[in-house]
Amino acid sequence: MNNKVMRYFIAAVAALCALAPVAGAAESKPYAKSVIQIWMWGGPSHLDTFDPKPAAGRDYTGPYDSPISTNVPGVFVGQKLPLLAAMADKYAIIRSMTHGSNAHETAAYMMQTGHEPGVGLVYPSLGAIVSYFKGAKAGYAGKIPPYVVLTESQGRFSEEGFLGPLYKPFITGGDPAKKVFAVDGIVSEGLTDARQKERRALLDSLDTLGATTPGIPDFALAERYEGEAYEMILGPTKQVFDLSSEPDQVRERYGRTTFGQSCLMARRLVEQGVPYITINYKGWDTHKDHFGAMDKMLPELDKGLSALLADLEAKGLLDTTIVWWGGEFGRTPKVSWEAPWNGGRSHFGAAFSVLLAGGGFKGGVVVGATDARGETVAERPVYPRDLLGTILERMGIDPDGTIPTPQGLDMAIMPSSGAAPGSGRLTEIE
Amino acid sequence: MRTTSFTIVLLLAAVASLHAAGAASPYEAAAWPISANAVDREVEKSLKGAGLALRAPTSDAVFIRRVYLDALGAMPAAAETKAFLADPDPGKRAALVAKLLEREEFVDYLSLKWGDLLRIKSEFPSNLWPNAVQAYNRWIRDAIASNKPYDRFVAELLTSSGSNFRDPPVNFFRAIPGRDPASIAGAVSLAFLGARYDAWPKEIRQSMAAFFSRVAYKKTLEWKEEIVYPDPRPLDATGGDVRLTLPDGTAAIVPDGTDPRKIFAAWLTGPGKTMLARAFVNRAWYWLMGTGIVEPADDIRPGNPPASPGTLNLLADEFIASGFNVKKLYALILTSRTYQQSSLPAPGEGATPAPAGFARYAIRRLDAEVIIDALCRIGGSGERYSSPIPEPFTYIPPAQRTIALADGSITSPFLVKFGRPARDTGLESERNNHPTAEQVLYLLNSTDVKKRIDASPLLSAAYNMPTAKRDDQIKAIYLELLSRPPTAAETAKAREYFATPGLASRQAAADLAWALVNGKEFLYRH
Repeated sequence: MNNKVMRYFIAAVAALCALAPVAGAAESKPYAKSVIQIWMWGGPSHLDTFDPKPAAGRDYTGPYDSPISTNVPGVFVGQKLPLLAAMADKYAIIRSMTHGSNAHETAAYMMQTGHEPGVGLVYPSLGAIVSYFKGAKAGYAGKIPPYVVLTESQGRFSEEGFLGPLYKPFITGGDPAKKVFAVDGIVSEGLTDARQKERRALLDSLDTLGATTPGIPDFALAERYEGEAYEMILGPTKQVFDLSSEPDQVRERYGRTTFGQSCLMARRLVEQGVPYITINYKGWDTHKDHFGAMDKMLPELDKGLSALLADLEAKGLLDTTIVWWGGEFGRTPKVSWEAPWNGGRSHFGAAFSVLLAGGGFKGGVVVGATDARGETVAERPVYPRDLLGTILERMGIDPDGTIPTPQGLDMAIMPSSGAAPGSGRLTEIE
Repeated sequence: MRTTSFTIVLLLAAVASLHAAGAASPYEAAAWPISANAVDREVEKSLKGAGLALRAPTSDAVFIRRVYLDALGAMPAAAETKAFLADPDPGKRAALVAKLLEREEFVDYLSLKWGDLLRIKSEFPSNLWPNAVQAYNRWIRDAIASNKPYDRFVAELLTSSGSNFRDPPVNFFRAIPGRDPASIAGAVSLAFLGARYDAWPKEIRQSMAAFFSRVAYKKTLEWKEEIVYPDPRPLDATGGDVRLTLPDGTAAIVPDGTDPRKIFAAWLTGPGKTMLARAFVNRAWYWLMGTGIVEPADDIRPGNPPASPGTLNLLADEFIASGFNVKKLYALILTSRTYQQSSLPAPGEGATPAPAGFARYAIRRLDAEVIIDALCRIGGSGERYSSPIPEPFTYIPPAQRTIALADGSITSPFLVKFGRPARDTGLESERNNHPTAEQVLYLLNSTDVKKRIDASPLLSAAYNMPTAKRDDQIKAIYLELLSRPPTAAETAKAREYFATPGLASRQAAADLAWALVNGKEFLYRH
């Protein structure tokens, strides 16, 4: 039986099964509507976060030798994450992520596209794929673009890939932890609405070239965008980015850090129906003095992410919002104590952890495991395409479907089993 | 709302057509200051067949701006514009072209285009790494600055062996996502034959791949150094000569023990040189005119005929006859009436979206790099670049112009937003110069643009002119930003704005600059 026939056969069986009453009721779960991707830029240590190995000794644990229990019996997490420990029932930990690459650019590409590099095409990131299926084409009519990045581009590869510039993310710029979150172009400091209108009238009245050359398609587009831009500038959209309207205690709970306030911003964007939001969270590429950096950063992560999950749940949004946490790889389990690293951890793509929460995924589950030192996958390897395919499926997007190249070729969204390693979707948490 | 702006457009269009008929247009000249050249005779032949003719000549003001943008990727400074407009020499356009082709920015801008074509970047998917990027970029810059014959330039890229640090052209074979023979042959086909690999017949595809099947790579002990060399194993496992088919359908024999790349390069710069020349002249035409004679400019194949076969043949013949002299080719195009004609529709022509058969210069948005360089010049401060490259040695001085950036991995939010190519594929279409909603928002209302304009050192003298010199003030801002004096109607509108109650003169002047920067005339080649 060739692949196609096999797929029809599976589809037919699935259709038959669908006719029968569904035992687990899994099929009736509504699809997730939004994804918040917390991109741990640089690669966070799995041992110090969600895959602690206290028995491996100090050369592996560093000073973090006392993992803490969570509200899920038998599940432990790193000692610097007490708030997340108290809500482990909200998320699934995947401890057996693997792709084997220790190079940032290649690993980042694999973790965000599901594809192996080097086939001559640059595939789009998960955000661009969701934007393609859930954006304007699918009737998304929000004023805010369907794929938003807070606050900086990750810059390693073009997120839109071959899908093209329509599916580029909107990168906010600015800093939500500052007094004014100056989102590029939307929020301007020091211009009243009256001045805005006067300036616009001046601009339009001096458009001599545009007035003498009717019918240039790019000019028509630019004029349409100008109209839309002023709707944003003068209209209510900019209030979405105005975090000062949030109660102080909410802002405090997320932490007054760029990451914490980005998490809060992400929740507000989900409320607006934005289907894909990426928070590019910098600072995890800690080759030197790793533990010094972690002492500072892990509490920030703990605060922001736990507040986000709790807040989404309180607002009734967690069931339809997938929160995906992870970076391009983990960090070397064995600590480099010698100079110049002075307690550093390097890149580690052989085994690392990611989290999935919300969106109908089961919480309180641990998928896979690493060996006693967190150096190899001991059971149930999860490859990039398994993870990304699972997220897409939960969004109601068929990972085995296709997306078009500019040349009009239909390419598989996720690689087939021949094109990249995989061990199947994460049915454990569906 | 929509009706209003539509009415305004109609009204303005009516006003403009009055202008074209009577008063002098800022965009067009009354008579040709140059005679037609060989290019024009070929273009006119094709146009005549379609019942079309070349449009009116551009004004000197439009010409200087256009030729700066196309040859240098930069706008002329007000002083340069004033000197050119005041120059009574009837041969001043040709003299300006000759002068521009010797400027540093010409090297910058052409190197940028080659950087795009050859996918020069440190990181994914080329993974050249910074040392090799710099070496490769410098080699290309030197070739352009010394006007290295194009056929030699290509032959060196295709046949070099050695270290990526010390023999820079070998990086051609490293900056290919996928190092299998078919990927290399695809990159060669696209870059030098202007043709998509998939469009060749199967036999030629296989042969082209075979020519590059002995390119081999090895690491050294130096960090990120790599040697590219020809694997001496024979093409044919049994040894002996191998017969391959060249892109023009002729046969080539690869003798046992010969680097097959050399056979291909010898053909490409020998019997195949017409194909090599046609691909490049078509690309240069696309860069300067906005539409290839074959379009897309990198999709030459039998089923995609040139819009003006005579022009393509003429340019290729001239290019070969000149010894593949790139500057001569540029000068030939830039001093043609075809290049120097107006971008506006003819009176009564109405809305014509695309200039058919080069009967108009194509209006198109400036490259991302060119816009940010212009904004940096206005704001008196450089762009803040970011680099994901995990090494600490890359330092970009703040005054570095973006068109001179060697490395496609060094970027900024502006460049991403304005469609700078990712250097993934080497396709011309990867550069996206169409407006997006985010670009418009950013230019209209970002703090960054506002700061650059409000605090502009370039314009501060003009901002601070006294009320008595209002017309001079408006003119100074126009000359700096649009390379032309304002029309009487524009001066009147600007004066009206200065009279807005409660608006300080300096702020009104900055608002005028903001309005011009956001206008189409600033953002588009025209």
